[in-house]
Formats: sequence, structure tokens, C-alpha cells
Amino acid sequence: MATAVQENPLTKGLERLPVHPTTLVIFGATGDLAHRKLLPALYNLAHEGALPERFNLIGFSRSEHEHEDYKAMARESIERFSRRSPKPEVLDALLEHVKYIPGNFDDAAGYEQLSKQIEAFDEQAGVTFNRVFYLSTAPEFFPVIVQALGEHKLNRHKDAEVRVVIEKPFGTDLESARELNRIVLRSFREQQVFRIDHYLGKETVQNMMAFRFANAMFEPVWNRNYIDHVQITAAEDIGIGTRAGYYDHAGALRDLVQNHILQLLTLLCMEPPVSFTADEVRDEKVKVLHAIQPPRAEDVAEIAVRGQYTSGVVGGEQVRGYLEEDGVPADSRTETYVALRLKVSNWRWAGVPIYLRTGKCLARKVTEIAVTLKPVPHLAFQQEGSVGVQPNQLVLTVQPNEGVSLSLGAKIPGATMRIRPVNMEFQYGTSFMSESPEAYERLILDAMRGEATLFTRNDEVDALWSIIDPILKGWASQDGGPLPQYEAGSQGPEEADRLVEGGAHWRAL
Amino acid sequence: MSEDHTSANGDHTSANHWSAQDTTPGAIEAALRELIRQRHAENDSFAPARVLNLVVVVDREWRGEVENRLDQVGRYHPSRTIVCAVDPGRTTLDAWATMTADVEPRPGELAVCRERVEIDVGPQHLAHLDTIVDPLVVTDLATLLWAPHGHAEAVDSLVRLAQIMLLDSVDEPEIADALARVAELAEKAYVVDLAWLRSTPWRERVAATFDPEPWRAELARISGVTARHHPDSGAAGLLFFGWLAARLGWQPSALVASGGGMHGKARGRRQEVALKLEPDPQQMVRGLAGVSIDTASGMSIALDRAPGGLRATRRARDGSESTWTLLGASRGEGGILGEGVRQALLRDPTYRPALDAARAMVA
Repeated sequence: MATAVQENPLTKGLERLPVHPTTLVIFGATGDLAHRKLLPALYNLAHEGALPERFNLIGFSRSEHEHEDYKAMARESIERFSRRSPKPEVLDALLEHVKYIPGNFDDAAGYEQLSKQIEAFDEQAGVTFNRVFYLSTAPEFFPVIVQALGEHKLNRHKDAEVRVVIEKPFGTDLESARELNRIVLRSFREQQVFRIDHYLGKETVQNMMAFRFANAMFEPVWNRNYIDHVQITAAEDIGIGTRAGYYDHAGALRDLVQNHILQLLTLLCMEPPVSFTADEVRDEKVKVLHAIQPPRAEDVAEIAVRGQYTSGVVGGEQVRGYLEEDGVPADSRTETYVALRLKVSNWRWAGVPIYLRTGKCLARKVTEIAVTLKPVPHLAFQQEGSVGVQPNQLVLTVQPNEGVSLSLGAKIPGATMRIRPVNMEFQYGTSFMSESPEAYERLILDAMRGEATLFTRNDEVDALWSIIDPILKGWASQDGGPLPQYEAGSQGPEEADRLVEGGAHWRAL
Repeated sequence: MSEDHTSANGDHTSANHWSAQDTTPGAIEAALRELIRQRHAENDSFAPARVLNLVVVVDREWRGEVENRLDQVGRYHPSRTIVCAVDPGRTTLDAWATMTADVEPRPGELAVCRERVEIDVGPQHLAHLDTIVDPLVVTDLATLLWAPHGHAEAVDSLVRLAQIMLLDSVDEPEIADALARVAELAEKAYVVDLAWLRSTPWRERVAATFDPEPWRAELARISGVTARHHPDSGAAGLLFFGWLAARLGWQPSALVASGGGMHGKARGRRQEVALKLEPDPQQMVRGLAGVSIDTASGMSIALDRAPGGLRATRRARDGSESTWTLLGASRGEGGILGEGVRQALLRDPTYRPALDAARAMVA
């Protein structure tokens, strides 16, 4: 596509920048993600006037439906799952440009029909629409679809941008991720590929960059000289629900650590990028991942602990253990909890242990990063009769109460110098009026605009899996006995305590 | 939950509400602190929002109408709203304070609260209204001032407290006076103009229309712009013209009145641009009803209000036409006011140049 002749002077000062007319194709258009997230996100973009000035949607899926049936399904999904009540006139206008194509993902006829429909939209409008293909299918179809798009010449257009959005999981281990990358990059250039980790679309996660790089006070202490250790926690208080089929194959390490938690780690540890362009940011994130030494097989037991929840009480409710969940094999060795100790071997972070943990059916739902600073080197006064001086701790909470908390030592009122920790708290919810958009709204719009900062680059995927893959292999080679267990509603397996070095402890959930 | 208390001096306080007659700013400020303390004691998951102070000066008899508008701003509530209702003949201050949260906090989560203070003031208070309001604004937060019923004396008094002025340039019957007053206030504070915000979707859509490469080249060839508007919203049309003029480097000259509207010319970089303002008696809501833009090469684009958004009609050089709907929900006047509150925290670098260009058209 040719570049623009000149800058558009009318865009200055506008919050919503123009997006080129776009036809969005959702593969897996009848699936859960499409119904719960993608279609409502599209409606909310339409409601706010943020969609491209001309926009078409094509649903592509295996089930047989007529266009009108699909529109009715889409309407129902939007009415049920949209974060705001849809306005009928906007919803009607959005659905006017929706088509549905039934077809198997390896069926040439479906792609021919798709190609015709895309061109028909172009011809009707007298405009060449950009094309965005959104792969919202089961992961085994990702290679099938991208290959088919290439074979049917849907991967390039001389007058339009063509982009492909690929949902997670991107591979199930290092080799499968590399193979998928090879297949994708045979049909698409890297600049056309948008690998989604919806966590990066959350305002709270993006705020981490604002927090670190818009505040000078943290930079001087943000290094090995002042930081003792870091704990990143993504705890859930619910079980696997109806996701046994997926979860028992994935496990906690693949489900959350390989993507979300390591993304948080990169944002915490990355150097300030020169600019916030996609590649500048992603270059810095990849450097962090490369600085994490993947564990050797013999070290896995030292740096990783896994576990499975047993029955227990969560929030006053009795819950079943993992092995009693519907659809879970009685001898499953899938981990529902994982804790890791990693080290980032560079000048800033060398020697600072970074602890990660995630799990299902834990005591509380919380996602946070806790940075514990080193203790003061000398204390000039006695601490008798007080809790004492504790190291400062900076906690960035991603959910549910997004905010920042800094613990400080303060004098307890009285005649003697007794100290106890107090918290200085800042809650984002009290300082912004606006309701955060859903992550998918931001990400779909970014993909249509070609803005890739919040998407995962191929070398980033490779680096993520390079850390996780040895752990998977290490576990696979271990004895087939039962995994460490933890009671539902607890803090996790006791075995995780041994990961934490130097007298530190896991933060209470 | 509301727990009532009556203090020795007759002040009536509760976990949510407080009121007093013949009171003082100091007592009101103390009551606000007490409300927060009580709320927090009741449930420490309540947290006061700390985003923005909004100070509103209204005629007392129209206070209800303004409060209704404030209730409709949706999610863009200021964190502390101070409504000063001017009551002719009043010599003392009566005040009410409330602290409300839209939701009860769920376990482990916060419920953000906002505060509202209403004060009945008399005309003699207006010249020094700042001394009443100053103790009540949250220090270090941005303060937005809105006086929808005029009260210039109060505005002049309060402007030192306010970093941002909220106004609606279509409120004044005379367009030239309206724009001159806005320009005067813009020298003292950052101005958020609701008339400008109503035109945001129009400006976004015109920018988007001319964004594709073939159309971007047409920006230099624009030969005529027509803005259709609510009969009382001529200022909105002029600001739209001003925006185009400022962004595209046109030199506008004064428009002349004709047939209820106005027309005139601006000197573009390549050719003259004919400008036409047309009141639309069918338009029921304030703001623009439609815009049409023609280019010297024979292309044109028209945008008009339609169900579900704006209806776009584009004519190409060969005379072929296409129409489609630009999707977007109407925000309504409540939504516009909410957007005004939100915009108080942002800065739009294009408004002031548009205002200056618009003033040149009514010079």
C-alpha cells in the first residue's frame, strides 16, 4: 500500500484518530470468545464512534447459519454481554454490515466464498477496505487458517493493509510455538501479525509503564542495590469451572505464567524504551526475557513448585478438589498452582530473586506485584515494644483494587521511639472518572490501526517459551506420583515456601 | 445506611447527609470531613474520589434543572461538586452536603464516593464568592467552574480558584458577544466549551473522511462548506468553520447575515472557500444538524444526523454517489455535560485557534 501524501492536519487534537475502512473477519465467530468478548467489544467501539468510518464484519465458522441467523445471535450476545446497554439504532446499523460464512477451516470453498464477500464489500462501497482476520478458534486451527489464507491470496492486497490477529495460546511449548511462527510467517510478514495476550490490553497493565516511566522518584531505587526481591502473584479464588477440557491439557504454567505473568515481569524489569513505538517497547521486553536464564532440567525442582487443589472452603462455600472436578481425569497430574523463582541476569537485576506464583482456588483473588526493598543498613534507635522496622514494600495491584501502596516505617505515638509499618495508598479508582474500556476494545482497535505495541512479537513468543519449556520438560521427566496438594481456599502448597530465599516469605493473599 | 446525628449547634449530620441553616464555610468544610470519617468508619471500603472539583453557580429557581443535568453525566461525575444557588433577598448561607457511592462495595473491593455541597447564597455574596468556596474545594485538585445562568460577578470572583471554565457558547443570544466572552475567559483559564464538544463527532468524521490518501489531497481543494445547525446554535457552526480554517490555513473574513443564516468567504491556499451557515428549524437538539463540503475538483461529502450515527453521502468526480452510516450513539445533553467534565482534565490545542478564526468571521 502506498504511503500517505501528507499528514492529515484535521487529526490534531482528536482523541479518536481515523481508522481506515476495514472488513474484519472473525474465524470462530460462533465461539464463546466471539460471543462474550469480541462482538460486545465491537458494539462498544461502534457506540463510541470509534470504529472505522466504514466497517464490515464477516463471521466465519463451521456451524451452518444464514446471515440473518448469525445477526440474531450477534445481537443476543451484545445485549447480554456488552458493558453498556446497547442502543437499538446503533446496534441495527452495526448489524447491517454483518455477513456469515459457514465452512470448515480447511475447506477451500469457504475461503473462496470469503474472498468473494470481501471483494463484494469493496465493490459496493467503491473503497478498498483493509482486511483484518481474527483467529478466535481452537489453537489447532491457527496453522490451518493462516495457510489457507495464504493459499487463497487473502494474505496480501496491493491497495489495502492485511492483518491477522491470533488468539492465545500461541503454541503449547517452544517447538510448537516455533512451528506455528514458521507457518504464520510463510503467509504473513511479521508486521501483519498481531498475537494477542489480552492482559496487555488492560488499562491496569498499561499503567505499569506510566507508573515506572512517568515518575522520577522510583528510578533511583529500581535496581539490585535497593531491591531485595520481587513477588508477582496472580491468584484466583475460583476453580476451573467448565474449562476442564482446556485446562487439564494446559495447566497453570501454560495458562497464566507463560503469558500474563511473564508479561508483568517484563514490564517491571524492562529498561525505559527510547519511545513508545511498538518495536522500541518490545525490544526492551525481549531483552529482559533473554536475561532470564532458562533452568536446566536438574534445576527445575529447585526453582519451580507445582500443586493441585483439594477440596476445601472458599469464601464460605465448600468446593471440590481438582481431581473431583467434572471432566478431569482421576489421575491427572496437571498443576493448578505453580510458583517459580527466576533471576534476571543483567546489571539492573542481577542477584534479585523474582518470585512468581499463580493458582486456582486460593484464598483470595488478587493480581499484584510486590517489590520489597532492602532493609536500612543501620538503625540508630531501639525498637523495643514495637513491631520493628520492616523493609519498605511497594505493591502494584493490578486487580481487583488497582492501585499502588507503599509501606513505610512510622513512629508509634508515645514517649519512646517505637516503630510500626504504615501504608501509603493510592487507588486508581478514586482518581479517574472514566470507566476503563474492555481490553478487547483497545486491542481490536489497535489491530485495525496497525498499532502493535500491545501485541506479542515472534521473538518475544520464542523467548517466553524458552523460559517455560525447560520447566515443562523437567516436570515431564519426574516421577508419576501425586503432585503436592493444597487445600482449596488456602495460600497454596507448603512446598512453595522453600522457594523463597533469605528469610523472606510469600506475601499473605 | 444512614445514621442521624444532631450536634449542639443544630447541625444535622448523617453518614450520608448533613445540612445546616445560617452556616459558615468552615462549618461546611468540617461537615465534609466528618462525612468522610463516618463513611469510612461504617465501611473502610468506601473511598472518596479525588479527581476534580466542580463549582456551579446557578439561579436558585433553576437549581433543580441543573442538578438533573448533573445527575445525568453518567460515569463522569466530578469528585466534589459545590453548587452555589443564588437566591434573591437572601443574606445568610444555608447548606447541604452529601456523600454518595453508586454501589455498595463487594468484599475486597472499593466503592468510590463523591461529594456534593449545595449552598444557598444571596446576591451580596457573589462579589466575594471565592471566600466561601475556597475552603470547600479539595486542595491540589483541578477546579472547574460552570455558571450556566451567567452571574458574571461570581465568575469573576471565582476565576482565581478555577483552572478550567465550563461554558456553552450557544447560550448567549448574540454570537459575537458569546465568542468575545469566551475569548475573554480563555485569557484567564482553560475553557471547555460544550458547543465545541457537541461538534466532536463531526470533526472526527470529517477528519476521517479526508484521511484516505485520495481524499487527503482534496483538503487543499475545498471550495465550499455549509453547516446546518439548530436555530440557536450558530456559534457551533462558526466554531466548526473556525476549526477548518485554523487547521487548513484559511484566512476567514466576516460573514454577512442573510435569510436567517450567514454566508461569506475564507481565503484558502489555492482558492476561495464559500462558507454558509444555515439554521435548520427541524433540528430539535443543540448543535450541528449537518455539514456539506465541496471541493474544486467536483467531489463532495455530506454528513447528516441519522439513526445510529451520521449518514454520510459522498459524491465522486464522476458524479457517482455512495451513502453509508458512520456509527455512533448520540450522547444527549447529559452525556455532553459529562464529556465537558472529563475534558476538564485534558487539553485540546485546537479549540483556541478555532475560536480565534470564528471570531474573525463575526468581526
